[in-house]
Amino acid sequence: MSGLVLEGISKRFNNVAAVDHVDLSVPNGTFVCMLGPSGCGKTTLLRTIAGLEEPTSGRILIDGKDITKLPAHQRDFGMVFQSLALFPHLNVGENVAYPLRIRGVGKADQVKRAEELLALVDLGGFAGRPVSKLSGGQRQRVAIARALALSPKLFLLDEPLSALDAKLREAMQVELRKLQQRLGITTIVVTHDQREAMTMADLVVVMGNGRIQQAASPVEIYRKPVNSFVADFIGSTNLLPVRQAMDGQGVSAPGGTIPGVALGAGRDQATLSVRPEDVHLVPADQAPLTGRISFIRDLGASIETFVDAGGTQIVAVTSPRERAAFQVGDTVGLRLDPEACRVLSS
Amino acid sequence: MRPEPPRRIADYSPLAFPAVMLTVFFVVPFGIMVMVSFFRRQQGGFYTPDFVLESYARFLSTFFGGVLSFSLGLAACVALICVIVGFPFTYELARAKRWVQVSWLVALLSVLSLSEVIIGFAWSTLLSRTAGISNLLVWLGMMDKPVALTPNFGAVLTGMVYQAFPYTVLVLYPAMARLDPTLMEAARTLGSHPLKAFLTVVVPALRNTIVATFIMVFVFALGSYLLPQLLGRPQHWTLSVLITDQAVYQSNMPFAAAMAVFLVLVTLSLVGLALLVGRKDAAT
Amino acid sequence: MTGTLFRRVLFGLVALFMAAPLIVIAGVSVNAQRTLVFPPVGFSMRWYGSVFTDAAWRGSLTASVVVATLAAALAVCIAFPLSWFLWRRHAPWARVFQMLGTAPFVLPPVITALGFLAFWTTVGAYGQPWTVVVAHGIFFVTLPLVTLSLGFASIDRSLVEAASTMGADDRTILRTIVLPLIRPYLISGFAFAFVLSLNEYIVAYMAVGFTLETLPIKIFNSLRYGYTPTMAAVSILFVAVAALIFGLIARFGDLPKLLGAWSSKD
Repeated sequence: MSGLVLEGISKRFNNVAAVDHVDLSVPNGTFVCMLGPSGCGKTTLLRTIAGLEEPTSGRILIDGKDITKLPAHQRDFGMVFQSLALFPHLNVGENVAYPLRIRGVGKADQVKRAEELLALVDLGGFAGRPVSKLSGGQRQRVAIARALALSPKLFLLDEPLSALDAKLREAMQVELRKLQQRLGITTIVVTHDQREAMTMADLVVVMGNGRIQQAASPVEIYRKPVNSFVADFIGSTNLLPVRQAMDGQGVSAPGGTIPGVALGAGRDQATLSVRPEDVHLVPADQAPLTGRISFIRDLGASIETFVDAGGTQIVAVTSPRERAAFQVGDTVGLRLDPEACRVLSS
Repeated sequence: MRPEPPRRIADYSPLAFPAVMLTVFFVVPFGIMVMVSFFRRQQGGFYTPDFVLESYARFLSTFFGGVLSFSLGLAACVALICVIVGFPFTYELARAKRWVQVSWLVALLSVLSLSEVIIGFAWSTLLSRTAGISNLLVWLGMMDKPVALTPNFGAVLTGMVYQAFPYTVLVLYPAMARLDPTLMEAARTLGSHPLKAFLTVVVPALRNTIVATFIMVFVFALGSYLLPQLLGRPQHWTLSVLITDQAVYQSNMPFAAAMAVFLVLVTLSLVGLALLVGRKDAAT
Repeated sequence: MTGTLFRRVLFGLVALFMAAPLIVIAGVSVNAQRTLVFPPVGFSMRWYGSVFTDAAWRGSLTASVVVATLAAALAVCIAFPLSWFLWRRHAPWARVFQMLGTAPFVLPPVITALGFLAFWTTVGAYGQPWTVVVAHGIFFVTLPLVTLSLGFASIDRSLVEAASTMGADDRTILRTIVLPLIRPYLISGFAFAFVLSLNEYIVAYMAVGFTLETLPIKIFNSLRYGYTPTMAAVSILFVAVAALIFGLIARFGDLPKLLGAWSSKD
């Protein structure tokens, strides 16, 4: 197939598997976010794709061609490093033109292309500046422009926005996504920030313990997590231990029952994941599941209500407009939307 | 980039020139020197290949014992003085303004790089009767007539302290520059007098560094080959001077080599000790 | 404050001690007459002139500068590939060569000197002028080795990775990234080795003492025939050259960092 294909990629360091049997196909033009907690193997996987690490086993194919053994400098991918890795002895223009210079492109063409690339990232006229005189966001753009200099087949970014403050980071996420759509370039971004992944990606790859836990669209990842690792890592969620109800109608949970949910054939207990925004607070007599409010956190834009239901904590998020007249210590009913409840495999 | 192990022969190529140079011009000469120490000495400055312990046997003389104990004692005196003065000095230096630090470092490096010949010449001039400081004292009316302050033990000691002091400061400097400044401040806020804080906080914190520095300066002082000769009398000659004298003027290479081997063993065991002690500090 | 007073007194006394012999020989070097007298009688710069005009002194000066330049270049040529390899590759056993490079500097100099004397005699090259270049190159290899190791340690490895993802092979990375970044350390390593070689006596003496008179050998040999103001002038020139070179390193580099303190920028 066309695009990037990883077949059974493993990378071991001193017999510890950093990446463990990863299979993945990325069609051309896709924006992929590899998401996971630190130490989950996502950076190692990215470096393996870039050719900076050699996989212990497995194959990497690009448009059907095996590039597993190809050294990094022959892969012609563009990469942005977490540290940005801007060359301190070169100015902005020279940094951007570096890939062209080492390929023997003429001086005039180098300058012209560097200007184009800098204009692309809104840094027109910055070519002559020293790198040390740039702000964090500007350095970021230079690194991106430099990685795109060769119009690479694959654009790889390792935690590219982690050094920026929250506001600038959100703006850059949008910009990066727009840039990718304009260029139609296959892009893989490693991040530990799930908001970042949700903002930018066509395909979110959630990694944990060296393995891919789930690879799907952002909405599917959020709405239909396949296991508790994904459910817990992507956004916040309530994880409830449930068992098949005696009457066969729904499931029983600590604090009551949840109608309309089925565990599936052959199972009598499971974990149920439900997003806080899908938990609705109602008077105690209007729902079969009840609990006592232990804490209310008013964040202005939303209100988080912590409910103790039979020893398990359930969080409900409501908007201030639908502020219910409940107080700490009240017993409330919890209505869960059966559509929003997700039965997890483990 | 993680440093990768070399895989192909070509990956080793940068190592070739340094390895050859260091082997041919350091390991081999060293080996030859060790061999020569077992050779038999001929009259007239020659020696023939052999395996005799004749040169080592000379160590057992009282003369050699005297030279050895004098060398070690002198080096210990120099190291002691240098560390006692150098420790508070470096402490203050590392806390001075940056330009003050840099100026001192430039000055100390300049003196440290000075040839022993020049240091010896300068001090013997300073201590001489005709051009020395005693003339200054006469000129000031504090003395009747100029006197020679060299050659004697004091002159040797002074010259060697002068030579070793910059070295001491430069060995102590990294540890002092990295010492947590809040350590001293914490002691001060607890009400300690600065001197007491220095003695009870800084000195114990750097105890191993002090010991390691003492050993390094000791070894450095052992290497002094000209000052005892220029500023002292023959009874002030050290092992280094004696090795030079045997090799060049007495043309007794086997004996010079045997003494050199002995000096290497002393030095290496001391340096090993210093590294061991120094590492302990780094670990804490 | 008592702290500053203590510092001033201590710095003052140490400065006096370190400067005293230099002040005396500086005074002696401008004496108008040929004998050494201090305080100087009259004032004359002619002894400085004679370092350059007197054929013997000028010969020694030339010999010293040539030897120091070549020896420092050799030391850098040995230290650079070694420290580059140690930084680039993971090869613990190669540390042996680093140890060998440091050993001559830690051991008493007379050992290295004697080793070379035995070596050059054995291979039959004793007294050849070039032998002192090799001897000094090995003896002072420690200095560029230390500055270059520090320099390499300060290069962010992701720069090298970045260059390789942009298509640069090892050789190109060395030329376009590593060399420009390491240059200040290369220069200071060369400068350290140069100044020390200029001043070195015992290794040079045992290698070529009877055939080539470097300045320290010349001074030492002249000491036997009495002290002259020219020697004082040469000594002051040496101090000035050292101070100038180390001053330049301090001006264009980070001297405290080179000497092991953490960078003030950290």
